[in-house]
Amino acid sequence: MNQIPFGSLEEFLAMGGYAAYVWPVYIIALAVLVANLVIPFRTERRILRDIARRLRREQRGMQ
Amino acid sequence: MWVWFHKLGSPRHFYRISGRLLPWLTALAVGLLAVGLAWGLVFSPPDYQQGETVRIMYIHVPAAVMSMVVYAVMAAAGFVYLVWRIKLADLVAAASAPVGAWFTVLALVTGSLWGKPMWGTWWAWDARLTAELILLFLYLGYMALYNAIEDRRSAGRAAAVLALVGVVNLPIIHYSVEWWYTLHQGPTTRGMRIAGTVHPDMRYPLLTMMLAFGVYYAAVLLKRTRCLVLETERDSAWVRELVKTT
Amino acid sequence: MWRAMVSVVKRDLLLAVRHRSELVNPLLFFLIVVSLFPLSLEPDPRMLATIGGGVIWVAALLAGMLALDAMFRPDFEDGTLEQLVLSPQPVAALALAKVFAHWLVSGLPLMLMAPLLGVLMNLPGEAMLALLATLAVGTPVISLVGAIGVALTVGLRRSGVLLSLLVLPLYIPVLIFGAAAAGDAAAGQSIAGPVLFIGAMLVLALTLAPLAIGAALRISLE
Repeated sequence: MNQIPFGSLEEFLAMGGYAAYVWPVYIIALAVLVANLVIPFRTERRILRDIARRLRREQRGMQ
Repeated sequence: MWVWFHKLGSPRHFYRISGRLLPWLTALAVGLLAVGLAWGLVFSPPDYQQGETVRIMYIHVPAAVMSMVVYAVMAAAGFVYLVWRIKLADLVAAASAPVGAWFTVLALVTGSLWGKPMWGTWWAWDARLTAELILLFLYLGYMALYNAIEDRRSAGRAAAVLALVGVVNLPIIHYSVEWWYTLHQGPTTRGMRIAGTVHPDMRYPLLTMMLAFGVYYAAVLLKRTRCLVLETERDSAWVRELVKTT
Repeated sequence: MWRAMVSVVKRDLLLAVRHRSELVNPLLFFLIVVSLFPLSLEPDPRMLATIGGGVIWVAALLAGMLALDAMFRPDFEDGTLEQLVLSPQPVAALALAKVFAHWLVSGLPLMLMAPLLGVLMNLPGEAMLALLATLAVGTPVISLVGAIGVALTVGLRRSGVLLSLLVLPLYIPVLIFGAAAAGDAAAGQSIAGPVLFIGAMLVLALTLAPLAIGAALRISLE
């Protein structure tokens, strides 16, 4: 790795005057990546819950 | 080797193996992303021509590369499903499409955000951006066809045929768009440089990000495929067993 | 196999002649779409001449796509398509015959009508010839690639918009070279490049598309 090319936090946030383009890219990218990772995790839990509920209902029906 | 392969082809074993693999893959993807982000955002130098906007490349290039890799995976899985009727291949293809479409959207949006300061416009009919837009159309068509056919089995096979037609067409589309671009604009608007020609200071963070995106795709693909496995196998004995024990 | 293909072509042509009005509709559509452009822009002859080639090509794509539905749908509804797929002849060959018959009654008329529209768009003579040449090699590609899309969606009740979503992106290379040839010709350049490239696409489509159409028909008929 190299030396940090930014002198201060302000400089880092300003991105050489291109803050309005660089930061949205990273924010959008992170949002898309996180959402695409989280959604299937939640979907799997929901499906497992649904199947469990159906199984319980069936068992009650048999008794 | 072949036994192992066959086992992986059965949804039940896939579910078991992918369950073991997933935590590692996810952790690796998150770790690589963190390293790549820090490297790209903080530690890499600005470009002598593009200035700090070169940092957009660390997202844009991996997203564009993955948008094509995912399409290739989707078509290959479709081919496997058409020829050997391995159900899992169909699920892999179906699980890939939305991820690939999102990578394509990401490549388009980041390309546009790079184009505004560099070209002075949000959208230039640049050869690569245009080809990426057409790729998005192909993904959307694939998903629309998959959703339109009610019977799951024929939906998967029809979509697989479409994906294969798309794969044959993609090089032609790329070539013709490239040709059209040089015809009308000439090389006046500077294109985006790719990994091979970049200075090492930028190449390594870029390669890290590409690797991160690849591992990330593998993790999301496994997880999405697991969801589809559960949905299609919900009435089978092993899923019932699994639900009971958890 | 050859005899079976010829009889498929003959039968489809006969059916097409009996339903003449359906053949005319895409042509009318072609005419109307092209005439919308001067109305929505301005009837400046020089501008029309520059955009004319592209406009006519886009309109031809859309009209060709509208005509696609007639390729397999009637046969699907009355069961003929199932007979074709079940017959001992290779499905790909029969599909190729059907596409050829369809091109004769849809692509060919579009091509023959293009010069008339060229007059409306104020196209110079060379551009008109280029348009004819590219449409001559391009419309068969449109029919072949479109047939894959129709074969995939023929089993669905409403497939119109979906079909355009599947097929239009695949048409883009033909459109690019077709429209560019008209512009090249108007600028006094040779059109051999674009025409040969569309020709190469036609060869590729002729060899691969029938296989895809056959596979798609089998899937749709399950």
